[in-house]
Amino acid sequence: MGNYLLRRLIVAVPSLLGISLILFVLLALAPGDPFGELASNPNIPPEVREMLRIKFGMDDPIMVRYFRWLVAMLHGDWGFSFASRVNVDTLILQRIPATLYVVGTAQLLALIVAIPVGVLAARRPYSIFDQIANTFAFIGFSLPTFFTGLLLILIFSVNLGWLPFVYRADIQAVGWMWWWENFKQAVMPVTVLGLYQAASYTRYVRSAVLDVIKLDYVTTARSKGLDESKVIVKHVVRNALIPVVTLVALQMPTVFGGAIVTEQIFRIPGIGSLLISAILANDTPVIMAVTFVFACLVVLFNLIADILYGWLDPRISFR
Amino acid sequence: MNERDLRNQIADVKAGRLSRREFVQRMIAVGLTAPMAGTMLAHSGVAFAADAMDYKPTKAGGGGPLKLLFWQAPTLLNPHFANGTKDQEACRLFYEPLAGWDADGNLVPILAAEIPSKENGSLAADGLSVTWKLKQGVKWHDGKPFTADDVIFNWEYSVNPDTAAVSVGSYRGIKSAEKIDDHTVKLTFKQPTPFWADPFVAAYGLVIPKHLFADYIGGKSREAPANLKPVGTGPYTYVDFKPGDSIAAKRNPDYHQANRPYFDTVEVKGGGDAVSAARAVLQTGEYDYAYNLQVEDEILTKLEAGGQGKAQLTVTGHIEYIALNVTDPWTEVDGERASVKTKHPFFTDPAVRKAINLLIDRASVQKFIYGRAGVATANFLNNPERFRSPNNKFEFSIEKANQILEEAGWKKNSSGVREKDGKPIKLVFQTSINAPRQKNQAIIKQAFQKAGIEVELKSVVASVFFSSDPANPDTYPHFYCDMEMYQTTMPQADPQFFMNQFTSWEIASKDNKWQGRNISRWQNKEYDETYKQASSELDPVKRAGLFVKLNDLVVQDNYILPEINRRNCIGLKNGMVANKSGWDNDLWQIANWYRET
Repeated sequence: MGNYLLRRLIVAVPSLLGISLILFVLLALAPGDPFGELASNPNIPPEVREMLRIKFGMDDPIMVRYFRWLVAMLHGDWGFSFASRVNVDTLILQRIPATLYVVGTAQLLALIVAIPVGVLAARRPYSIFDQIANTFAFIGFSLPTFFTGLLLILIFSVNLGWLPFVYRADIQAVGWMWWWENFKQAVMPVTVLGLYQAASYTRYVRSAVLDVIKLDYVTTARSKGLDESKVIVKHVVRNALIPVVTLVALQMPTVFGGAIVTEQIFRIPGIGSLLISAILANDTPVIMAVTFVFACLVVLFNLIADILYGWLDPRISFR
Repeated sequence: MNERDLRNQIADVKAGRLSRREFVQRMIAVGLTAPMAGTMLAHSGVAFAADAMDYKPTKAGGGGPLKLLFWQAPTLLNPHFANGTKDQEACRLFYEPLAGWDADGNLVPILAAEIPSKENGSLAADGLSVTWKLKQGVKWHDGKPFTADDVIFNWEYSVNPDTAAVSVGSYRGIKSAEKIDDHTVKLTFKQPTPFWADPFVAAYGLVIPKHLFADYIGGKSREAPANLKPVGTGPYTYVDFKPGDSIAAKRNPDYHQANRPYFDTVEVKGGGDAVSAARAVLQTGEYDYAYNLQVEDEILTKLEAGGQGKAQLTVTGHIEYIALNVTDPWTEVDGERASVKTKHPFFTDPAVRKAINLLIDRASVQKFIYGRAGVATANFLNNPERFRSPNNKFEFSIEKANQILEEAGWKKNSSGVREKDGKPIKLVFQTSINAPRQKNQAIIKQAFQKAGIEVELKSVVASVFFSSDPANPDTYPHFYCDMEMYQTTMPQADPQFFMNQFTSWEIASKDNKWQGRNISRWQNKEYDETYKQASSELDPVKRAGLFVKLNDLVVQDNYILPEINRRNCIGLKNGMVANKSGWDNDLWQIANWYRET
């Protein structure tokens, strides 16, 4: 196992290097520059922009810039944002708690909804419950989060006035009030993201369970007179979870991506909104760092998925 | 309006026949700014009449939290690096300038003890120096006293090229800054400077403390801890800052103005978009103030119906306009399109330009697109309707345009497009991607077609269009097409920087990597001469007359077609009292904001 992990991690290095190179070159070739806003301001002499470009090393050849970035990165220096002149790692660390809180809770919610609903729906295919679950799942993943987000805002913030729609990372309240405020402001984004994810997971769980439930060993278990709930949990769900784990693991980075939209709507100071504002400001070091973090997440979650396979089904060994 | 008219009107103000405010409005009508009008009056012996700020609370504090919403989030808190108004506004919570501009164009002292003037002897007659007296007893948030050394340091800091400060434009005209005593600073300019109230005033005038920044001047400017944790003299002190997201501040108990500020804490929240920011103030009342609401007026009106707040509009100098290319964008000369060595194939005919000007339906654009947020105008600077200058009128008439083109020999060909000598009038018209601009393009295209002018519309993503990238042909300074439309902002109270964009030495070309500001490549000797005269003329009345002339010169040649004078729109929750000025930041008087109970 340790050996396997090590090998996988070593293999990840060249792929991450390749990803970083492609990202860097793409960003360098992309039009626009971080000092665009200064350009249309008559008070700012062109020399200042030139000075800034030189100071931030933007006029050097792409490869020189890439290697400088790479070397700095290996030293743990992520560079600094052109827009705020703050170190990128500080910026990212500031954003992680909000993203983890909202996206993490949403994932939990999605799994809590999707697994039981999917399993129940698969136990009695084409029953009324299955039909209803299917319908909701279809609606769920057909509606984009920016639509449902706006809809919830209109209902719960504008019409009913129950929930705030501006998410704040710096809630001043203390004690229970702090928890309560944090809960209130997270309800809408978590629901939007969670139910969107839940919809597609439900479909996956259902079909995975349907595949497994008719297999011989399940019938054997049943015929031995095992309790139905035991059969479902121990024999069916455990095996059915393998494809679901793949899906969830590979979805994780896209969940961060999907959260970009949700974070924007609710003004959640997460990684997604950091990426958006960095892209709008052409803030290359930040875009580079965030997308690179996403790339690392993809690699990491693939690895986690592989490890989970082994745990769920010991026949899949680490080689 | 010429110099004599101006003097007559000033005499009227002096004699009480004309109100100060009315005078200012008339000056705006002919293309001057309110601060310029104020300066003219001050120079003629009518003192700056800064109204006492409307402020009712009788003690500092007790106002609870003030919640400000910026849909473009502030990213840094050093005023010398401010990248756009969002950062300038945020800096205003903590830092202060020596003086600011109010809506009527009066200089209002903030860190200064008084406004320099000829009468009190602090303004040199030759325009070469100005002496600022500083307020006594002002303290930085860390308790150190604010002195003349701090003021002088800000000049040194800004003009150091390695600091790469964006405020350098306001400070590099200073030859020396001299400390007379702890609370008096004498600034000597390199040349006679009519706009002496530029350094240390308003947005670029915020003063940072020497004791915290002295070690971080020049190349090390990025490393100063105080860049992120501001220590100023302002009404609120630093609590927390998350770049691109939020700022927390609390009341400065030692603030140098009595009974101020009213609010105990300030929360600034950033991010999202303008529409939902408007919603959070006007419709749900979650926030007290929303910045720069670039939202279609129709939507604003709907949100206001929520009854929680109102949109507040302020006159500014920003102008949305169309530029016709003087040069030929379709022929390459020496590796450069739209080179000054070429001439545009048909805009050189004044009849075509005149016809095009007649085909722009400014009234409809105002009515259906900008609403309260923009006023149709024929002047490059400013033009409230009731004082419209008789020199520059706009008109929309497809009939007249057709007639002019017909008379000039542009005949319709078989496909209905006008042509002369085998050259059909076909245009490419570009702008940045932005809903109001695309609607505007569509309205113009329709009218053009009716007059037999074929237009191809082109729209470029704003981040490309407004970038300074010399390698990208789609940026607005390249102007590689026949017509383009965008907004020029007027961030300063004085039009000198603003009007240099039509001088011939500012032409954007390959030689200056398209960094020049004259985008249409329009050239006029008389304009150049008048501009030079205006920038060194010390008598503000004469100078104003020259700026009026500059405006008329450029507008009447029909290459530059002003369209809409934009207004600055903010959202304020009901009960909030905020002194706004179109010549300074929204938060310039944040110390005087309060809530009516």
